[in-house]
Amino acid sequence: TMDLPHHGYRATKPRARAGPPAGDPLLFDDTSSSTPAMNTQGYYTPGYNMGAPAGGPQGGAQVNNLFADPMANAAMMYGSSLANQGKDMVNKEISRFMSVNKLKYFFAVDTKYVMKKLMLLMFPYTHQDWEVRYHRDTPLTPRQDVNAPDLYIPTMAFITYILLAGMALGIQKRFSPEVLGLCASTALVWVIIEVLVMLLSLYLLTVHTDLSTFDLIAYSGYKYVGMIFTVLCGLLFGSDGYFVALAWSSCALMFFIVRSLKMKILSSLSSDSMGAGASAKPRLRLYITVATAAFQPIIIYWLTSHLVR
Amino acid sequence: RSEKMAFTLYSLIQAAILCVNAVAVLHEERFLSKIGWGVDQSVGGFGDEPGIKVQLMNLVRSVRTVMRVPLIAVNSVCIVLLLLFG
Repeated sequence: TMDLPHHGYRATKPRARAGPPAGDPLLFDDTSSSTPAMNTQGYYTPGYNMGAPAGGPQGGAQVNNLFADPMANAAMMYGSSLANQGKDMVNKEISRFMSVNKLKYFFAVDTKYVMKKLMLLMFPYTHQDWEVRYHRDTPLTPRQDVNAPDLYIPTMAFITYILLAGMALGIQKRFSPEVLGLCASTALVWVIIEVLVMLLSLYLLTVHTDLSTFDLIAYSGYKYVGMIFTVLCGLLFGSDGYFVALAWSSCALMFFIVRSLKMKILSSLSSDSMGAGASAKPRLRLYITVATAAFQPIIIYWLTSHLVR
Repeated sequence: RSEKMAFTLYSLIQAAILCVNAVAVLHEERFLSKIGWGVDQSVGGFGDEPGIKVQLMNLVRSVRTVMRVPLIAVNSVCIVLLLLFG
């Protein structure tokens, strides 16, 4: 049986937060010291509760003192109801394009997972079990399974890469805000192109996997970790360090991608269960996996070589 | 060096519009049937897994069906914008 640890574990580390200074009106309900909320799904636990209306009798009395004028009170209620309506409308529009619950699954990470995943991206050669574990037909969240893809690391790595690129350009005295924006949009465009090509090739070869678009974005975004490492080594140790780090992170990333995608693509159930005429398909799937892996060093070199002269 | 190869999101949108236009102008009778890519040639067996060619033909046909009307609007907007702003 699968036992779900961290049943009520919070998404963020509990930070030592100083309480509000005495005498100020208690506008937000500070629940950082209270017990964490019990979430039976285990997907997403909010860090702290912001702006809870039931602020306790003491908070309520102080808020009432703030708005002694009933007109301002009425205006504040009207404004907050308008904001709620706007928020509902925005949520409805967004959920037409992508399911927000699915997105929340990718951001349900914790520090231990991030550490282990970064180690895995840089040194995947000793990891034994690459299978994504399931729990009653739903994949486990990244918090509980180190093999699950997440979107937190790619997003953070992308932003860090942009900042690092700005710094590298500044060191070479070639910095300007337009170049930074250009660098960011170039990297984003390459990610989009890679995801589209992967989707197209998976569709054309009728590979029935459970790789969703977000999974592909996640796997495509893991290369930014390698890029950051490469650029850092290039800045610290010069051109030799750059090429050594490029070779290291390329090999590690290729190994990681091949092992992760092999489980999903090559062993997925094809609709032709008879086995006849399936000789061409595993070969083509192997080509896809290898091509994806081989594309990573090329794009890492392309996007970072101009930063390290 | 890389500034020349740098992409903006706008160039990606331009490339996408041009590609979809290219797929949309392939005529069914005059061209696709002549080279064996017509819709009547894509019937496969039931237990059979569709090959790459069948999948591609289905993709071309569905892109043409779905994107015909939005392409009219998008192309008109592009033309007006390019005339106004160069």
